[in-house]
Amino acid sequence: MATNPMHQFEVHKIGPSLSINGIDISFTNSSLFMMISSILIITFFILGTKKISIVPGKIQILNEIVFNFISKMINETVGNDAKPYFPFILTLFVFILTMNMIGLLPYSFTVTSQVIITFFFAIVIFIGVTIVGFVKNGLGFLKIFVPSGIPVFLLPLLVVIEIISFLSRPISLSVRLFANMLAGHTMLKVFGGFVVSLGIIGGWLPLSFSVALTALEILVAFLQAYVFAVLSCIYLNDALHMHH
Amino acid sequence: MEVAAAKLIGAGLAAIALGGAGVGIGTIFGNYLSAAIRNPSAAQKQFPTLLLGFALAEATGLFALVIALLILFAF
Repeated sequence: MATNPMHQFEVHKIGPSLSINGIDISFTNSSLFMMISSILIITFFILGTKKISIVPGKIQILNEIVFNFISKMINETVGNDAKPYFPFILTLFVFILTMNMIGLLPYSFTVTSQVIITFFFAIVIFIGVTIVGFVKNGLGFLKIFVPSGIPVFLLPLLVVIEIISFLSRPISLSVRLFANMLAGHTMLKVFGGFVVSLGIIGGWLPLSFSVALTALEILVAFLQAYVFAVLSCIYLNDALHMHH
Repeated sequence: MEVAAAKLIGAGLAAIALGGAGVGIGTIFGNYLSAAIRNPSAAQKQFPTLLLGFALAEATGLFALVIALLILFAF
């Protein structure tokens, strides 16, 4: 039976439908998988930090790997004075990574394949970075729109371009994650459908292709979480150290 | 022309952008390989940058996919 490959992205309600002032706040499969990933992350970090020893146990080593990875990444992209933002970036990375990875299990739901959720992440980062920029630099933050070393007659054009590129940051950030998840999962399901429709004689080729695609999707799930975190760090770097 | 046919043609045209994504990914990996062969000791340090570039280049192709899906299903 070949079902629609887009069927997996449908959000449906679990339990009673609730609403406040006409806004639907029912519990959906999207919220269910978000809660599952949060619980997984919390248990992972609690187990890892429960018994801290100099010679670390298995889970503590995993914790330290994640911690060091993000810490190094922030140090390389922003610098040492970004330490206050470390918990936020770590949470963002681990949350997106867990949601992407859970989505790869069959019959599960990929929360990050909903554009509204990734857009919410992106707009929080965008507003946060803008606030940080204005708090650190005052009105001098507006100089981010004025590139240095440019002839004066080109400035009106370039300022407009810089403003547009600044405002399109949340859109590109959210659509990148959403489109990767959407395309990858659709492709996996389409190839899964080929296996069923070609049957036991011809189905081996798409099956092996499907295995390779799953490996690629695991790589992409990790990479997109990493890219999301790195780009947030780069935006933060723009706000903290005004280069141009 | 019928709207349904025009939609299909438009979605197909949107897939041309994949050529750009292919060129980008090829350039990134090709340049990384040639640089890594010249200086293998510095290769490992640039591996995260390679992956970042790969993900950024791949995402541009997926923007085209989103446009194709919008043309097909949203209009």
